[in-house]
Amino acid sequence: MLDTRYRVEIPGGINLEAQVVGPIPRFFAFAIDLVIRGIVIFALSILSIPFGSFGLGGGFFLVFLFIIEWLYPVLFEVYMRGQTPGKRLLGISVINDDLSPVTLGTSMVRNLLRTVDFLPLFYLVGLISMLSNRRFQRLGDMAAGTLVISVPESAKPAVMKDMQPLAPATSLLRSEQSSIVDFLQRSQQLSEPRQQELASILEGVTHEKTDNGVEQLQRIGAWFLGVR
Amino acid sequence: MKQQIFEQQHSAEWQQIEAALEKPAGGNNSKILAEHYMLLCQHLAIAKERLYDAALVERLNNLVLGVYRELYRYRSETRLNIYAFFKRDFPLAIYRHRYFILLSFLVMILPGLVAGTWTYLDEDAVYSVLDGSQVRQVERMYDPQARKLGREREAETDIFMFGFYIKNNISIAFRCFAGGMVIGIGTLLVLFFNGMFMGSIAGHLTRLDYVDTFYPFVVGHGSFELTAIVFSGAAGLRLGYAILNPGQLSRLDALRKAGRDVVPMLYGIFLMLVIAAFLEAFWSSSTSLSIEVKYTVGAVLWALVLLYSFSGRRYESR
Repeated sequence: MLDTRYRVEIPGGINLEAQVVGPIPRFFAFAIDLVIRGIVIFALSILSIPFGSFGLGGGFFLVFLFIIEWLYPVLFEVYMRGQTPGKRLLGISVINDDLSPVTLGTSMVRNLLRTVDFLPLFYLVGLISMLSNRRFQRLGDMAAGTLVISVPESAKPAVMKDMQPLAPATSLLRSEQSSIVDFLQRSQQLSEPRQQELASILEGVTHEKTDNGVEQLQRIGAWFLGVR
Repeated sequence: MKQQIFEQQHSAEWQQIEAALEKPAGGNNSKILAEHYMLLCQHLAIAKERLYDAALVERLNNLVLGVYRELYRYRSETRLNIYAFFKRDFPLAIYRHRYFILLSFLVMILPGLVAGTWTYLDEDAVYSVLDGSQVRQVERMYDPQARKLGREREAETDIFMFGFYIKNNISIAFRCFAGGMVIGIGTLLVLFFNGMFMGSIAGHLTRLDYVDTFYPFVVGHGSFELTAIVFSGAAGLRLGYAILNPGQLSRLDALRKAGRDVVPMLYGIFLMLVIAAFLEAFWSSSTSLSIEVKYTVGAVLWALVLLYSFSGRRYESR
């Protein structure tokens, strides 16, 4: 399985984890940004006409064109927590590889080097680069030391059902406890036969052969979660 | 301790932190975050050590990540000190890139000199570098009869030309830098061809005896523009060199270090080219100023740019 977790040790002596994001969501984020930029450029080009296409209006239009072409991602990343509008819609964000917020310097480097990632057409170099390292970094990300991660949604507290907890018949290792807890929490995502299949492996623990095995395991899991 | 009891004991604190993260700047929220950060780290470590379930570990991990990003955000906003940048950071970055700057300069100036000499001596040589319409356009721009110098045919005002120079020149400099990622080859090509084009034009116009329009035009903004292009080449070559010869570091770490080191150069290049665009649009193009004034101001600007560029050595720690 592809492990997209990225770990870094931070002050506080613990390892932080973030999920790095692959090319597909980044492509959609870029496409959304492209549409937004296109609309803004179109609107500006209309607005500049009354002020003279080769005069005042044209001059300001070219300055804005430069800003939108080169500085649009930089400004949004630095001032909007690593997110351009497209990235915000996709729930992804740019961050330094020590998981600190992206700075003006790192954002400049990664976005100026976009030119190379775009080569020869439609980000082919960037795509190959992303697919050839575990952090999904395009060349600009490598030079800048940045990552694109998924923005953690505010986590919900663990769902606790009305369940009679059951003390296990034998004492279990930590790792075994945590597998049973995981079984409890993931059982909604598993089909009935698969639940029974998994539960039957643990007959030695539950001493139940039928459907009850599943319920037994879930009750033991609730016990390990501290339900009394 | 069972997980549920642990959660009961601390859920009030976590909720407080979650609420503070919603509006990190509001009220005394930043104080709450700072005070609870270490405690939160401890809770995460405990939760991992005691094998509490993944949902809780993830929740705490996300909380720590959120607080960490808030606490360390403030550092990054105050770090860009404009005075220190002009006084020290930019000249020091120039000094540290001196060998790359020298190489960048040579790769631009040598083809320029060769092409310039050739087009000066041979009437047809300029057509080997530029096509006919480009040559005619350049000739028209510096025609001594022209009302405004160095201006595109359709341009009506100086402000249009300002936008034009911003868009074109800064884009060229940025692309020149980015070309460094292709082990420096892209940068070398941009420098080489720009040097060759500029040399050919200079040689050709000198041959036509447009000396009194062309050189007073370019001398002023050239100080900022040419220097900035050479710097952008140096920044690109630095990246390429880090990939080619990473030294003691891994290739990725060497590239990352180069990426951090060139940042002051990028800021500086950008600002220099904005100044250059301003000079080129509003100063160089003027026909009402005498040639002597333009040469004098040009000489002063060159002296200032060069003096400033060579001022970084004293900040190098030895």
